[in-house]
Amino acid sequence: MATGRTQRTRRTPTLVMTGITGRFGRMLARALRPDYRIIGVDPRGTAQVPQDIIVHPVDIRRKKAEDIFRRNQVDAVIHMNPTPAWKGNRAEHRSITLMGTRRILSYCQKYRVSKVIVLSSAALYGARPDNNQFLTEDAPLLGGYGFSTLRDLVEVDIYATSFFWRHPEVDTVVLRPAHLVGRLGNTPSAYLQQRYTPTLLGFDPMMQVMSPEDLILAIQLALKPGIRGVFNVAGPQPAPLSEIIRLCGHRPLPVFEPVARALLGMAAGAGAAGIPAAQLEYLKYVCMVDDTQARQVLRYEPQLSLEETLRRVSS
Amino acid sequence: MAAAGRDEDEARRGGPEAVTPRDQDSEVARTIAELEARERAEGYDPFGFKPSMLHRVLPLARFLYRTYFRVETHGLQNVPQGRALLIANHSGQIPLDGMMIATAMLLDHRPPRMTRAMVERWIPTLPFASTFFARAGQVVGTPENARLLLERGELLMVFPEGSRGISKTWHQRYQLTEFGLGFMRLALATNTPIVPIGVIGAEEQIPTFYNAKRLAKLLHMPAVPVGPTLMMPLPVKYRIHFGEPMLFEGDPDEEDRVVRARVDQVTGAINDLLQRGLRERQSLFV
Repeated sequence: MATGRTQRTRRTPTLVMTGITGRFGRMLARALRPDYRIIGVDPRGTAQVPQDIIVHPVDIRRKKAEDIFRRNQVDAVIHMNPTPAWKGNRAEHRSITLMGTRRILSYCQKYRVSKVIVLSSAALYGARPDNNQFLTEDAPLLGGYGFSTLRDLVEVDIYATSFFWRHPEVDTVVLRPAHLVGRLGNTPSAYLQQRYTPTLLGFDPMMQVMSPEDLILAIQLALKPGIRGVFNVAGPQPAPLSEIIRLCGHRPLPVFEPVARALLGMAAGAGAAGIPAAQLEYLKYVCMVDDTQARQVLRYEPQLSLEETLRRVSS
Repeated sequence: MAAAGRDEDEARRGGPEAVTPRDQDSEVARTIAELEARERAEGYDPFGFKPSMLHRVLPLARFLYRTYFRVETHGLQNVPQGRALLIANHSGQIPLDGMMIATAMLLDHRPPRMTRAMVERWIPTLPFASTFFARAGQVVGTPENARLLLERGELLMVFPEGSRGISKTWHQRYQLTEFGLGFMRLALATNTPIVPIGVIGAEEQIPTFYNAKRLAKLLHMPAVPVGPTLMMPLPVKYRIHFGEPMLFEGDPDEEDRVVRARVDQVTGAINDLLQRGLRERQSLFV
């Protein structure tokens, strides 16, 4: 269990990560492995997680998850929720995200964990015609409208933010990253991995994307002692959606909006797991964030250019 | 004295007739190239403005500016470097006054400067128009967007009369309607100089005698003007007077009464420009 690094006089801090089995979770675990003793919690098990990382295949809602906190002196927690691409049961998603977050945060308080990072999303602000071009952290989270999976995540974000205010003894960080794109299975990446990428005819909103590498950097900076608060994080400069698709090496396929809605409705009716029609708003309107806070407080600076970020999506 | 000012402006750009139609492409191309050189290399600014998009818009704007309305500018040198708010009277049923001010800043101001304007918040819901406006440098009208533009050193054009001004009928021409207060709060918050502008000509471009307000409400349109030319603008001569920049200081969150007093100073300056311009004018069309 112990790696060579534990022989240093200072104890290697212990980090609990939920959702570690996902592709981003594994990337993050690999990046943090040199500095932390990582304990994963993921009901999906240990597949493809580096050998020296312990993964407890338990559901965070179960009592067994509490044992991890009871038996280890946990220094930090990174909490990731199932993304909107979730294909399972609705009620189950709601229970996992809301109950799970509640439990994890209560353990953080009970077992005196000094730092918890909750990974939220900038998509929760919602894409709206009257949005400011760049939304600051105090903008309301209006993204759940018409899309219940996203609404659950809005509730999680709000719960984590209120936990931040109620428990000053825990350094709570809520990160709201822009669309995370890379060799990942999340909705924005899967969308951009299509050779002919459907867009809405006549709409071409400005959009921010960020690479998993840049988000990992932001998380590493947020792990520093004393950092707390809600932070938007964005990648390189924004670009129109059509430009983003081209930089992936793909071609935009503009679809007349009513046709797109009808097709998505039919797909949903046929029981196919797809994108809910409410998600089309993100292809129509801006939903971009002002990441000044992250740049000033975290000293975050995106490392990958837009071209590099998008080249990795399709390769 | 004022006539001398006009000569000076015209001499500086070689007079309106100095640019022949054959030069049109080169004038447009040169302007855009100059603008692009100053923008960052990525091709789009954070609001989605793409200078090369002007290749599609500027030729028409230039035709209206040079040939159709034969626009004459006075006091272009009053526009300061860096950020500024261009505040003008609004008239003429269709916002060609805005287009002509922006064209003046591109074709006759040295160096050419892009003028940004704010569009209604429902514009992004329109297919094609939403993209077109964004690429042509128009920004959704929220106070936060306006502040960001000014912080970036842009030139922001605002018509504080809004649709009240543009839908005026013939007998109300050159009578300023009530100014909104938002631009003044913005100027105070960002410490931005205000350039008052009087536009002469646009007020007569589409004479109307009636605004079918009830029908407009039914159609969800700001106005339904009724007039002899329908919506076809007459080839009136435009005269655009740029006044000296005005800098205000104070608390942007002051109560309306206090802000109103400052706005009245700007209204007064624009009114002076209009009255002076009207006195000098010999003819509507020449």
